Amino acid sequence: MTDNELIWRIAGGSGDGIDSTSQNFAKALMRSGLHVFTHRHYPSRIRGGHTYVEVRAKDEPVQSRGDGYNFLLALGDSFARNPQEEAYYGKEELKPLYENFDDLREGGVLLYDEGLLDQEDVDETDLEAAAEENGWHVVPMDLRGIAKEHGREIMRNTAGIGATAAILDIGTEEFEELIKQNMSGDMQEANLNVLQDAYDAAAELDIDHDIEVPESSHEEEQVILSGSNAISYGALDEGCRFISGYPMTPWTDVFTIMSQHLPEFGGISEQVEDEIAAAALALGASHAGVKAMSGSSGGGFALMSEPLGLAEMTETPLVLVEAMRAGPSTGMPTKPEQADLEHVLYTSQGDSARVVFAPANIRECYTQTRAAFRIAYEYQIPAIVVYDQKIQGELRNLPASHFDEEPNADPGSVLTEDEIQDAAHHSSGKFQRFLHEPEDGSNVSPRSVPGQKDGRYLATGNEHNPSGHISEDPQNRIAQMNRRLGKLDDIRADLDENASHQTYYGPEDADYGILVWGSQQDTVFEAVDRLNENGHSVKALGVSDMMPYPVEAVSEWLDSVDEALVVEMNATAQFRGLTQKEIGKYGDKLSSLLKYNGNPFEPAEIVDGFESSINGEDLAASNMKFLPAAGD
Amino acid sequence: MSAFSAIGDDREIDRDEFTPGIEPQATWCPGCGDFGVLKALKQAMPEVGRNPDEVALFTGIGCSGKLNSYFNSYGFHTIHGRSLPVARAAKLANPELEVIAAGGDGDGYGIGGNHLIHTARENHDMTYIVFNNEIFGLTKGQTSPTSPKGHKSKTQPHGSAKSPIRPLSQSLNAGATYVARTAAVNPNQAKEIIAEAIEHDGFAHIDFLTQCPTWNKDAKHYVPYTDVQQSDDYDFDVSDRKEAAEMMRQTEEKLYEGEVLTGRMYVEDARPSYGEEKRQIGEMPDEPLAERYFDEDAEWERTYDKLLQHHK
Repeated sequence: MTDNELIWRIAGGSGDGIDSTSQNFAKALMRSGLHVFTHRHYPSRIRGGHTYVEVRAKDEPVQSRGDGYNFLLALGDSFARNPQEEAYYGKEELKPLYENFDDLREGGVLLYDEGLLDQEDVDETDLEAAAEENGWHVVPMDLRGIAKEHGREIMRNTAGIGATAAILDIGTEEFEELIKQNMSGDMQEANLNVLQDAYDAAAELDIDHDIEVPESSHEEEQVILSGSNAISYGALDEGCRFISGYPMTPWTDVFTIMSQHLPEFGGISEQVEDEIAAAALALGASHAGVKAMSGSSGGGFALMSEPLGLAEMTETPLVLVEAMRAGPSTGMPTKPEQADLEHVLYTSQGDSARVVFAPANIRECYTQTRAAFRIAYEYQIPAIVVYDQKIQGELRNLPASHFDEEPNADPGSVLTEDEIQDAAHHSSGKFQRFLHEPEDGSNVSPRSVPGQKDGRYLATGNEHNPSGHISEDPQNRIAQMNRRLGKLDDIRADLDENASHQTYYGPEDADYGILVWGSQQDTVFEAVDRLNENGHSVKALGVSDMMPYPVEAVSEWLDSVDEALVVEMNATAQFRGLTQKEIGKYGDKLSSLLKYNGNPFEPAEIVDGFESSINGEDLAASNMKFLPAAGD
Repeated sequence: MSAFSAIGDDREIDRDEFTPGIEPQATWCPGCGDFGVLKALKQAMPEVGRNPDEVALFTGIGCSGKLNSYFNSYGFHTIHGRSLPVARAAKLANPELEVIAAGGDGDGYGIGGNHLIHTARENHDMTYIVFNNEIFGLTKGQTSPTSPKGHKSKTQPHGSAKSPIRPLSQSLNAGATYVARTAAVNPNQAKEIIAEAIEHDGFAHIDFLTQCPTWNKDAKHYVPYTDVQQSDDYDFDVSDRKEAAEMMRQTEEKLYEGEVLTGRMYVEDARPSYGEEKRQIGEMPDEPLAERYFDEDAEWERTYDKLLQHHK
């Protein structure tokens, strides 16, 4: 099976440099003109433990990790535990080899480091028989030995790349270029030598296989980056100059990137004592006139519910990022899930109004983070960008021009001092910060910033009157609640007009639909192509606005199909629930395909799930769950 | 007109400017010590020469949180225990603001205790006034972190088994560079200490003893106080860490025995404030960040020019 694509999997121990090696591999393929996509799998451990990264390369934009893979570079786990612990952990050094067999496609290549993986251990299972049965091409090479000859065995990664290049016949030019860019002096020379030696050694073996690496060339300059990069760059381009946070996987990624770059942009980053403080600091900076963000993952975001509510009540703009991982509680720290949706939508007490965007891919991570800032500051409301560990960790190429956007430093609905002089003031001397009926007829009463002349007001989490004084007057309460909640309608109209975040895919007149949100969107789109090739009539809708919900757009789309399958990575069908709640109907039209084992969907699984559901069959695979429509 | 023209306004400041034009009806009980804090704070402002528009006051929840309503400045009445992190960031965003935070003993030493430790540790340039009346007032009289051991309340009917927290010692250990205790029954000293704390370049923590005539009639600090700076019995060097620690130990113990010692307990002038430290290592801009948004000449960099190269 060739499919005119390469899915290369590098497997080793956590801490063996699998990540950086795969990043360079992907970048080299991108530079050679291919479209690339990476998928990371790693344990919640620092050193040791089976980890792998897949790089999928095609001659057209890659939507997902694909199904399985066709080239395995198994480096072995150099941090494997000592033998006494074997009973508990199994033979860890071998896991990067054996734990990857299930997904290696027929006819695939299996290159392993016999310098690290003890030949006697490897022989214990019948690798030859497995290879015979699956048509695999098994290539043992002493990658460690090659690396050692040039000084350090850590360079077995480079040896693996050299051997891969020879076996796939893709040349080493781009890899050499990257080594020269990233290293200097002796290290650079040693790595170049290792690369060349491994290449020569593998070329001599003259492996016969049927993987064809496609050839392609981009029409414009590409960049390769992660969702966390894109969120960070979106924030920076939107004028965000303050971040506060507390480390938690996978949110740490955005926090790290922002912390590294903010000072060069003249901004401030603060690592603080806990997530309550983190969100409170972002709120304080925003109140004082700086565009600010904070964020966390599930458990940390739970702590932010207090400051989040305070931001809503005081109408202080605030952007939060929620990077989902599997829960409940600390759950599975390094595994993706889409189960924090309800948490993000409804956290905090009272009738609360916030904006929630769920970008589907790296492209949207950038644009929707920018939208989140614009909306938050223009409408004085907290905006949350919710994404997951999958988008956080995967790398994908897209045209550099996507980021060629002007910065937006506009602080939103803030008055200048001149405007404050003309604005309404209370007889107590305070500025009417929270007018019941703002002059422009909108629901946004522009604010002042501490230090501005005559702009004094009180921001309070208690209900308050127009000048900010605490008030429990019933009429005032109604006016303020209606105005705050009314912003959601204004924002819906604004988004519909300026930045529709919903993505339509497939033939417009299709009979069946797949509804999807967040990181699973592009995998679903790939599955839709295959389903239509298989003779089905399917289209998909990827929804990115979680709140305010695009009721009209989704209703219209649901009206146009007979039935729709909702695909999401959680066990309780949260997005389907949201859709039914917001639209108030379609309970009998929506069924669910759910996966919550810690791994994202693969396109073939969606194809299987869809076919099983319309045929009324049970799912063949046990790693997914089908939840029928309420009417069934 | 500049973006923040209220800041640096060089003129005589009248303390009445800090009284709202129409004063909301105070919700504090008659005889409440919180009136003493409000008065001392208003009196201190002309001494430090700050006008209402350049002062940002952050409060927590409880009776102390009402301070905002009766003090005419920019105000942020936050949530229980969280005034410090909100205030801290406002100071970083605009270091030219005069940032004052206030809270109660439950708010500041209980739920917000962790924030106090870290704000003191980082030595943010701000003033923190804790209204310490040894009781939860607004929730109607429960035992607080500063209530004495054995204190009986509806939630501790058998008398508290907990020893009270030692806020002054804790702040000293955490790294605060100005620590003082004063009392509402001692208005002149309170005014002086607040003014000094505001002018101090670093984190100033004032444990402000206030009486709660409604819920805590037993509190010992109704008795006459001793100003340790004015008393010949307590000749000590406030800049000496060791002597300060001993002085704090004494005041924190004697308070519960009925002898109230107040005054400056520790003053450290040499250590730079957190903002200054951050500026020195290149993590804070020289000019107030908030101003840039209002400066039409500011040049805003984009990531495309600066960061994308790395991803090509």
